[in-house]
Amino acid sequence: MLVHLNNFFKFFFTVVLISVFPLSAVSEEKKVDLLEINWSFDGIFGTFDRTSLQRGYQVYQEVCSGCHSMQYLSYRNLSEKGGPEFSIEEAKAIALQFEVNDGPNSDGEMFMRPARSSDRFVSPYPNVEASTAANGGAYPPDMSVLAKARAGGADYIYSLLMGYEETPADFELDDGVYYNKYMSGNKIKMSEPISDGIVEYADGTSNTKAQISKDITTFLIWASEPHLESQHRMGFKVIIYLIILITLVYLSKQKVWSRFSSKTEEEETFDKVERAVTKYEGEDPKTFK
Amino acid sequence: MNETKYIPKSKLGQWLDSRLPLLTLSHHLQSYPTPKNLNYWWTFGGILTFCLITQIITGLVLAMHYVAHVDHAFQSIEHIMRDVNYGWLIRYVHANGASMFFLAVYIHIFRSLFYGSYKTPREVIWIIGLIIYILMMATAFMGYVLPWGQMSFWGATVITNLFSAIPLIGESITTWLWGGYSVDNPTLYRFYSLHHLLPFLTFGLVILHICVLHVPGNNNPIGIDVKKNNNETMPFHPYMVMKDIFALLVFIAVFLWFVFFAPNVLGHPDNYIEANPLVTPAHIVPEWYLLPFYAILRAIPSKLGGVIFMFAAIFILMLLPWLDTSKVRSAVFRPIYKKLFWVLVFTVILLGYLGAKPPEGIYLILSRVATAYYFIHFLILLPMLGRYEKTDPLPMSISDPVLDKPGVLDKFKKVASKYEGENVSSFK
Repeated sequence: MLVHLNNFFKFFFTVVLISVFPLSAVSEEKKVDLLEINWSFDGIFGTFDRTSLQRGYQVYQEVCSGCHSMQYLSYRNLSEKGGPEFSIEEAKAIALQFEVNDGPNSDGEMFMRPARSSDRFVSPYPNVEASTAANGGAYPPDMSVLAKARAGGADYIYSLLMGYEETPADFELDDGVYYNKYMSGNKIKMSEPISDGIVEYADGTSNTKAQISKDITTFLIWASEPHLESQHRMGFKVIIYLIILITLVYLSKQKVWSRFSSKTEEEETFDKVERAVTKYEGEDPKTFK
Repeated sequence: MNETKYIPKSKLGQWLDSRLPLLTLSHHLQSYPTPKNLNYWWTFGGILTFCLITQIITGLVLAMHYVAHVDHAFQSIEHIMRDVNYGWLIRYVHANGASMFFLAVYIHIFRSLFYGSYKTPREVIWIIGLIIYILMMATAFMGYVLPWGQMSFWGATVITNLFSAIPLIGESITTWLWGGYSVDNPTLYRFYSLHHLLPFLTFGLVILHICVLHVPGNNNPIGIDVKKNNNETMPFHPYMVMKDIFALLVFIAVFLWFVFFAPNVLGHPDNYIEANPLVTPAHIVPEWYLLPFYAILRAIPSKLGGVIFMFAAIFILMLLPWLDTSKVRSAVFRPIYKKLFWVLVFTVILLGYLGAKPPEGIYLILSRVATAYYFIHFLILLPMLGRYEKTDPLPMSISDPVLDKPGVLDKFKKVASKYEGENVSSFK
């Protein structure tokens, strides 16, 4: 009976191990490895490259914002700590380039006014339906949390921007659909957004496709996690604090536990005998009193 | 429990204690005798209490800023993340706290399985614990719906739809749960309301769980009853308190590492896309801690069958104290059960892995094998083991294994034979 059980386990394990590992590798849909970049914001000490964020905003403004909204960001965020850190005046000036619909005023009328830095980023379309209709039936997703909404995060976004390639001869594409190496199904409705020289950087940074893609990716990561730098800073302090506290508590625990004689009566007797035995080893027990 | 009656020293204390025995309770909690051989797997009870309290406190703060409305829920989460002071911290603690809570509860449950803590006289502790676990799953599921992301919406749709499999009344139940004809605003409202209520019910049950535990006292790794007068127990305070605090801090360090450095790895990226009833995600998956049950659900070809098996997988645990017929509690002395235990752990993890995969091909076959084995373990193997397993001899007391220090016992025997016939008590 028991022998059967043992064999059953071995059989069960073997079957499972043999089937799971090699087969899962085969049946997994073929995935392309993402391009990997050493991002400055990765890791425990990761921080944003300020100038890259500022350039990234420029790319968003000049390239992406024609179709993609960023409705959860406000212009004031651009001057906040841990972000692109434009000066407050610069953020106000950026806001002034846009107009928002406000009201009603005391006459009950809606009116347009220049945006203030407390306003949300002005969206390119009034609603999702308008945005979808204007883009051939594909809604350009809001970019506020886009980087967190895609598996692979920064690497995925960068790869996607760099992943436009010639359509392979045996691959069929409809009109208005483009081939992208990293898009799931390789079909994407957005035409290649970034190319060499599509923006002109004021700070003289080379405006290659790769550089522009890096800048906009950095900007999108910040947009989706604006407190990332605080997270990292606080996290580091908290972990150091905990390591010290854990050490102290462990030592206190040991100290407290050493007060407790964990020995039972039998153990005490045993110890007594053992001590005696060691002491008198080799002696003639007849001499014991 | 044969504790001596506690009488407060001060007159005021006596007056209060005879009317509201808080001091007696406090004395009991401090002096509560715990087996001295408890290992670190026993620290998860305290850790779980911490998790529940953390979830309640962070949850209350989140509730001050969250808006339960389909048009505003997603936006209010972003408001918390961006504009509320330390809102990102509170939300990430709450979201990762749920995962940590389940991690701890699974360790706690498997510890109980390994050391036979569910056996007589602790069946009621076990059953109350399972009710807490079921409430936790319901609370976590409803909490995951609140951000109103894609996985929130579609997860809610899939799970609530399960009830429609019930014959005759299923459709009506689903409509009643939804408060309409699909997952929509009324569903979000009621989930929010229940998500707020259930943790307090859980808290009450946790108190009950601890009260009931204090009747027979803790089980221990050896699984035999401790003799309370033989130095085999130590008072809860300060010994267990210090040990629990130490373990808790290590747990918190892991917990906060996720919060600060990988706050989204345990979630699904799709939940950062606002819910859209017109777009179905490629794969609808629940949170990781529900995946084993999701795999069982999909392993059964019929919808009703899947639902029955999924619920059976949880409720079968309620019968465990009677399905496991072995008189020996701890797996330490049960050579075959020990192996079965690890096979079960492996099966549950495998089911979790399969729950995240599409139900097709080899994944489906494996899900069925693993599901079958899960039930075979509880319904066939455990009752049989109680009759056929040859268990190792149990020690006389929890201290005995300490005597088994390598070599010492042999030395003792050798010396003992040497002095046979002598009067040992004359030794100094």
